Formats: sequence, structure tokens, C-alpha cells
Amino acid sequence: MDLEVRKTYKLYVGGDFIRSESGRSDPMETTGGDFFANVSRGSRKDLREAVRKARAAQTGWAASSAYLKGQILYRMAEMFEGRSGSFEEILRQTRGVTAAAAKREVRASIDRLLHYAGWSDKYTALLGTVNPVASSYFDFSLPEPTGVVGIVAPEEPDLLGLVSHLAPVIVSGNAAVVLLSQKHPLASLEFAEVLATSDLPGGVANLISGRKDELVPHLARHMDVNAIADAGGDRALSKAIGEDAAVNVKRVRAYRIADYFAEDAQGLDFIESFVEIKTTWHPIGV
Amino acid sequence: MSSLPRPFDASRIPRVDAVGIDERAASLAKRSIKKKSKEQGIRLAISMLDLTTLEGKDSEGKVRQLCQKAMHPMPGDPTIPSAAAVCVYANFVAVAKDALGASGVKVASVATGFPAGQVPLPVKLDETRRAVAMGADEVDMVIDRGAFLSGEYDRVSSEIRQVKEACGDAHLKVILETGELETYDNVRKASHLAMAAGADFIKTSTGKVTPASTPGVVLVMLEAIRDHYLETGRRVGMKPAGGIKTSKQALHLLVLVKETLGDAWLTPDLFRIGASTLANDLLMQLVKESSGRYQNEDYFTKD
Amino acid sequence: MARVIEEASETKPRPSAWERERPALEFGSAWDYAPAPESRDHVRLAERYDLFIGGRFVPPKSRKYFATINPATEDKLAEVAEAGAADVDAAVKAAQEAYQRRWSKLKPAERGKYIYRIARLLQEQSRELAILESMDGGKPIKESRDVDLPLAVAHFFYHAGWADKLDYAFPRKTVSPIGVCGQIIPWNFPLLMAAWKIAPALACGNTVVLKPAETTPLTSLALARICQEADLPPGVVNIIPGAGETGGALVSHPGTRKIAFTGSTEVGKLIQRATAGTGKRLTLELGGKAANIIFEDAALDQAVDGVVNGIYFNQGHVCCAGSRLLVQESVIDTVVAKLEHRIATLRLGDPLDKNTDVGAINSKMQLDRITELSGYGESEGARMYQSSCKLPEKGYWFRPTFFTGVAQSHRIAREEIFGPVLAVMTFRTPDEAVEKANNIPYGLSAGVWTDKGSKIFKITAKMRAGVVWANTFNKFDPASPFGGYKESGFGREGGVHGLRAYVELS
Repeated sequence: MDLEVRKTYKLYVGGDFIRSESGRSDPMETTGGDFFANVSRGSRKDLREAVRKARAAQTGWAASSAYLKGQILYRMAEMFEGRSGSFEEILRQTRGVTAAAAKREVRASIDRLLHYAGWSDKYTALLGTVNPVASSYFDFSLPEPTGVVGIVAPEEPDLLGLVSHLAPVIVSGNAAVVLLSQKHPLASLEFAEVLATSDLPGGVANLISGRKDELVPHLARHMDVNAIADAGGDRALSKAIGEDAAVNVKRVRAYRIADYFAEDAQGLDFIESFVEIKTTWHPIGV
Repeated sequence: MSSLPRPFDASRIPRVDAVGIDERAASLAKRSIKKKSKEQGIRLAISMLDLTTLEGKDSEGKVRQLCQKAMHPMPGDPTIPSAAAVCVYANFVAVAKDALGASGVKVASVATGFPAGQVPLPVKLDETRRAVAMGADEVDMVIDRGAFLSGEYDRVSSEIRQVKEACGDAHLKVILETGELETYDNVRKASHLAMAAGADFIKTSTGKVTPASTPGVVLVMLEAIRDHYLETGRRVGMKPAGGIKTSKQALHLLVLVKETLGDAWLTPDLFRIGASTLANDLLMQLVKESSGRYQNEDYFTKD
Repeated sequence: MARVIEEASETKPRPSAWERERPALEFGSAWDYAPAPESRDHVRLAERYDLFIGGRFVPPKSRKYFATINPATEDKLAEVAEAGAADVDAAVKAAQEAYQRRWSKLKPAERGKYIYRIARLLQEQSRELAILESMDGGKPIKESRDVDLPLAVAHFFYHAGWADKLDYAFPRKTVSPIGVCGQIIPWNFPLLMAAWKIAPALACGNTVVLKPAETTPLTSLALARICQEADLPPGVVNIIPGAGETGGALVSHPGTRKIAFTGSTEVGKLIQRATAGTGKRLTLELGGKAANIIFEDAALDQAVDGVVNGIYFNQGHVCCAGSRLLVQESVIDTVVAKLEHRIATLRLGDPLDKNTDVGAINSKMQLDRITELSGYGESEGARMYQSSCKLPEKGYWFRPTFFTGVAQSHRIAREEIFGPVLAVMTFRTPDEAVEKANNIPYGLSAGVWTDKGSKIFKITAKMRAGVVWANTFNKFDPASPFGGYKESGFGREGGVHGLRAYVELS
């Protein structure tokens, strides 16, 4: 009998796979109750580090061309497609879904990523404007990424939910720190490998597994996070996020998406929530 | 009584469009230099080297070894030209002069409180005179960047003029320290100021600040030299320094010179490259061209 | 006092740049660049090419083939099928069938995926196609490699992403495809023009029948092969080489519901007349005679670089080429001197040499036309300056040229030469510059060079041209709409606006 080499699932921070500085982990089981893997129990220090890395990466990422961002997200979809089998396997084992359902979710996740890859060089044309002011000024408004965005990922569907919230945040030039599904983090941690092989600069996307009640408050109160995408689905936590976020006037967007497979679970508004509009005036005259 | 020099009129200096000039530099970087022209270019670049050592830990021994390398870049191959000059702190001018003998390799001395230039003017002038007295053929001075950035152009001009006078027969290179000037407009302005004040060469950097010599900065300075020449008939030389490590970069510099200023500037009298480790990459590329094999550092001397 | 009177009675014209004693720069042969030829050995070139219809290469019912040659060497490259009326009919029917049976039934996101595939395949085969483009058309490899191919790839990537987002481009409208589009493209950017036409058409759910120019069919045919490699449903893209008659048949075929034409104004007008009253949608991208305006407060060195790129890039075979230069009189001598210097370093020769800046003229016919029009420059009294580069023995070549002392009423200031010839004239005030720039039936592009921000916005606002470049020239991007005013055509390509031509809104 050939023994398989079991995988250690690590956090993905600053482009590196790291263990939690807490040294702690939580066991994940298959639906049959068998041990599947240990998962890092991310700490607030891991979170702090992730925000630092996100901030450091964000300026360069925002400055890259729309075309390049699109190419990187497209490459991500290619890497994702190439490994769809292993994702289907994880979903089956850890969420107990049928093979067909797992296939459906992986397919939808890849398509969602592709959808946002195609937005990189288009949202500006739709959200930006030239404003016909009454005085002799050339007046234009442009969307700019807000900066570092904290994402509280939905519990289920874990994979499709992660992609649905991560892709629209980073395509406009933000960097993200994601608190993964607490019950089902494995497919997301596996997705980190897709991020790592996609040419996405380290620090633009950071994935942290662990207990939401331990981590969410630190994310919501962090003075160097500019916005929160709250798709966690926990009313009590959501209320707390809303209140804590006021400490530095974070932009908070709460999501209650009933069906992540539906058409309205993607689109321009997912991008729009995490950009700032800058209006510039310049005289017209000789 | 000689007439007073005209005050520097910054408003007459042409503007530079940063995006445009970067594009021009990038498009010239696409020149493919192969075979005979690559070999010729590398040899030319070697003959234009100012081999440099400007460290706190420099000593007589270090300087003598550098001089040996400058005279004979590749032991056993007498066809390789010597470098144009060695560039050292004023303390080592005498040593270098002795080591170089009658080889034709020049001694360039930095002076004027290199690299920061934050010393009183009399000290700058004294240092210059001493370096020249000890035998320096060339003096590399630094401009007062603080004064420049505060708009005290006449003061900067005046300093350059006085240093030029203190040089006597020695040639004066004026270091602009482009990394601290930051904008291309400032680099262009400083170039014209230095040339109007008597610089024989304008030089990008001390090598102690990054960014140092970038293709865009070099092109700005070459264009300034071109306009100066067309207006006055005087040819001023150019020396990029700092961050130039590979043959590819050196050849790119030669392309910039050739296509901006033309044939007359493709000579060590008007173009120098300030570098230390570049020499070995030039030699490695030369050997690769003739042998067809990629090279290993162990086969080239590190002095 | 005496000196003033003397000057006032001076009747001789002031000496210009060349005549005055002025220090000269010599751009000679100190350190010549060795030939740096791009290797041709991995280019797949067949002896004979058939028509691409219904997903396959099929021989022409017309039984006719024509030769395509390399304008730099006059060597024949291949024989290419010429589509006759029956072939055009077969192609349009294939496109109709593909539209009805497959393409219109696909989910938009799936259409996008096909277009992504084409983009990727084109990206992977870029080097080969760039060489083919230079061989077939004469443009320098440096340009086909660094401009034509990357932009063509980018067009497919950009439009792939629109396929499932059209509702956003037309809010509150129901968006549907038009059907079969007939597309006719010119010889100056063969593959890029094919990309500009095919990518948006497909993204919006249409199918196409495209006719490449008769002197440059090869890269469109390579694109056809790429469509096969991408498994594009047969008939979605059809490529049918031919000349004027083929184009005419395509335009008048009842099955083509939309026509897109890029080419000369003369032919554009014929097409407009032919499609009148047929209900066919039409976009035209025609000729130009763009003016570059250099103000005295411009960054002059970069302005001259921009002007040189604007007219000598692609041998001046560019509809939006900056073929007129308006210079504020106070800086005319400086600008002319700088132009002289720049022209002296332009390298003309083998398009496949990586150091070539100016390649071959696309055809004998075009060379004759350039020579004739340029002749008017001299005979009408403008002063000519021409680079002194050596011309290869075989092939079609024209040296970079500029004329000074040009007035609005010179023929070279009004007619599109479509070659490396620049007409230089002066102006004194901004209003005069604007008036001269607009005083022409064309209106494709314009350039404005000044360092003053408010002036940029003021002057660009007054340019009657579809694309205005401020402190730059000849910049293209799939996200940026391109098209003309007046007799330079109508309709836009690229950007949100470019989608309009390829959809029905209700």
C-alpha cells in the first residue's frame, strides 16, 4: 500500500503560505465524520500582518494597467480550470455535495472569475463621467480603488462565495484581506494556490482561516482598512461590524445573497461599492 | 573689466514631457546591436570607462589595483583598450598618478565635498586646487542641490564658475545628482545652467543616490547638450554614472548618444561611463561574441 | 537709428535653418549597426491559400487565384484564392446558418470564451504572425511585433469581456445582435483591422464575412486558421480574399445586414451610395489629413518626436497620420532643425531587420501615387527636405520627406498622400492654427502640442476631428473609441461607443 503525502493547509498572506503565529489549528472533518485535515486558526496578529501586506501591495497593484489586471485574472481562471478536479473533490468530501453539484459550483466559480476579468478595462468607462459644468472648466470624475478591503466570506457556498466577493474587489485595484468560511475553509485555502500561480502580486489577496467571532472585530476596528464587504450572513456580527467600522469611517457593504448561482450575484455594482469617485476641475482657455 | 555673467533665465529653458521622453528612450532601447557592431560597441564602451572607487574604505592598495585594471582590463589580451580614466577621492590622486604612469589613462578626482556638497565654498575651492595640484586631469564636482531646488540659480552658477576657475587646465565635470532633482524639467534646467557656467562635461550622479542614471535622464541631458551646441557651437561632454552594470545598458547608452548627438560624441573625449563592475560584464560579452559561449565570472579579474 | 532703417528696407527673405551658418550635427557611420534580421524559419507559409468558409478552407468557385508579393523584395509569397460572386454568396449563407443555428443560441458568456481563446492563440503565435505581416505588407518588424500584434490581441481580450455585459453598455434597452456583417479592411494594418472588425462583431453576437485587402491577405488567413484552432463554430467567421469586385458583391449581397468599411474616402462614398435605401447598417472609417499643431510653449524635443512618429510610422500609411504640421512661427527654425536631425537617423530598409524604422511602400501603385503627389510639392514651390538614406535595389521605397513653406492652397496640404511625406506650415495665433487645422474636408485626427493645460483643453475642444491627441500621437487602445468627423467617415471603433455599430436596440 502506497501512503499518500497529506496536505497541510496554511494561511495565504503577502503571497506566502504561512502557519498561524498562534500555532493553533482546528480539525476539519469529512461529512462522514472522518478526519480530513487541520486548518490554521488565524489570530489577530495574522490579521494585522495581512493588512500590512495588503497595504504595501495595494499602490503598485492599483497603478498597473487595466489590461494587465484583466490578463492576471484571466490567467487565474486558466489555473483554476486546470485544477477543477481537485476542487470538486474537496467540495464533495467536506460539504457532502454530490459530484454534479460540486462540478456545478466549480464551473460557476470559474465563470464568475472570468466575468470579472472582463470588467477590468470597462468599469471606468461606465462609472466615470465628464461633467457639463456651467463654467469654463473641464470637469471629470473617475473611480479609484478605495484601498484595503476586508471581506467576510459567506459560510456556504464557500468556494463560489469567495470568488464572488474577492474578484470584484481586486479587479479595480484594491487589496483584500478575506476571513474565510469558518466551517468550510478548505476549498478557499486550496484556491490560494490558484492565486499564487496566477501572477497576482503577493499581498493583493490574503486569505485567513479561523474563527470569525475572534477575527471579525479586529478587522472591523482596524484603522488601516478602508472598507468591509460583509457577506458573512451573521446578523449579530453584521451589526457589530457596522458599529465598529465607524471608528475610521469605513465603507461597509452588507450582502444577503440568497442564490450565488443567480445572474444578480455578479455585476458592476459589486465593483462600484469599493471605488471612490474623484472629481477634477481644470480651466479651459488659452 | 570683464562683463558680468548674465543671470540665469530659467524661463528660457525648454520643457520636457516625461511620458514622451521615456517613450523615446524605450524605443531606442529596441535597437538590436549584433555581431560586429556589438563587438565594436563594447570596445568603445570599455575605452569610455571611468573606473570608479569612492568608498570610505578605499586605501592606497585598492586604488593601485583599480589602476592596474584600468590599464589592462583583460590580462593577456593587449587588444582590449584601456579605460579612459580612474575616478577617485582627492586623497588618492597622487597614488593614482604614480600607478598610471604614462599609460594615457587619466586621473579624475571628485571634489567640492563629494557626495553631498554641504561644505563651505572656500573648502570646495581649496579641495579642487589641491586635487589639480596633485595631478588630477579632471575634476568631478557636485552642484549645490539645496540651492538649486530653492531657486538660487545664480548662486549655483557662481559656484560652478569658481570651481572651473580653480581647475585651471583640468577638465570640469559637473554632477547634477539627478536622483535628487527628481523631475526631468529640473534636470534640463540644471544641465543648461551648468553648461552656461562653463562645465566641460555634465554628469548624472554621484552613484550614492538612487535612481541614478536612467535612460530618460540621460536623454534629457543629451538633448540639452544638443541645444547648447546648436546655440553656441561648443561641444559639452556627458557622463552617466550609477546603476550601470550590464553591457546591454552600456550599448543602449551609446545608441542614445549616436542617435541624439551623432558621430562627434562617440569618443571618450565627449562621453564617459562611470562604473565599477561594468567592466567585467563588457569583457564577458566580448568573449561570448567571439567564442559563442556564455561566460563565468571566475574567468575575469575582480580588482 | 540707421540700423533700424536698414533692416526695414531689407527685402531679402530671412535665411532659414539650412542657409544660416549653424553648427551641424553629423549622423554618419561612426559605429554602424550590423544587420539584425528576424529569422523567418518558423513562419508557416503555404504555396496556395483557399477561401475560409463554413469553418473550412475551400477552393473558390471562381477558380481564380492571385499572387501576393513581398513589397520589399518583389518576391511572390503565395497564391491566394479570389472570391467571386458565387463564393461571396456561399460565405454569407454560411454566416447566416452559423448565426441562426449556433451563435445566436449560445449564452453570451460562452461567446466570450471563444473570443478569449482566439486572443490567447493569437498571443501565443504573435511572433510568427508579426513576421508574416511584415513580409506581406512591408512594415518594419519592430512595428508589427510591438504595435500591430499586441493591439490585435488586446482587441480580442477587450471585446471577449463585453459579450456578457452588453446590457450595461445600453441601459434600459433590449440588446440584440444584427446578424451577418460584411467587413472590408485595408492593407495598412491588415491583422489589426481584422481584429478591430471581428472582435466587436462577435462579442455582440453577430457572424462575419470579412474581405482583407488584395495586397495583404495572409495574416487574415492565419487568423482563420486560429479560429479553427479555437474550435469556433463553423461559419461564425468567414474570410474571403479578393479585390474591388469581391467587396462590391459583399456590400450588395442581401444577406449582409451590416457593412463595416475602412479604406479610402473615394470607395467609402461608393459604398454609402450603394447601401442607401437598403436598410443595411453602415460604418465608414476613411481617409484623413491630420494636422499636428506645435505651439511655442510645447516641450519641443518631444513634440518633434511625436510628429516624426505621426507621419513616418508605418511609412505614413495611416489614415490618422499627422501629415500636416502647423508650427507657431516663433519656433519654426528650431522645429525644422530638429526635424532634420530626426530624419537623419531614421533607418529605411529590410522590413525584417529589427533596426528598420521605415519599411517598404505597400505596392507599386501606392508608390506611384506618393511620387506624383510629392512632385506637386516641389512644382508648386514648397521647399523639400528628404533623408539621404540609401534605397535597396528591389522593392518599393520612398524616403522620409518634408516640405516647408507650405500654404493651405498647396495640393500637398490638402490631399491625402498616404506616404512618408509631411507638409509644414506656420501660424501666428491659436485661432489661426485652429482655423487652418479644421479647414479641410477630412476630420479623423489631430495633434496639439503645448505645455499649458488650459490651452490643451481649449484647443482640443475646437478641433473638428474624431481623435485628438494632446502631447502625443498615434496612440490606440481597444478601450478608446476611434473614428472620424466629416469625410473621414462615421461610427466609432473601440470603447463602449464602438459596440453601438454591432447591436440592435429596442
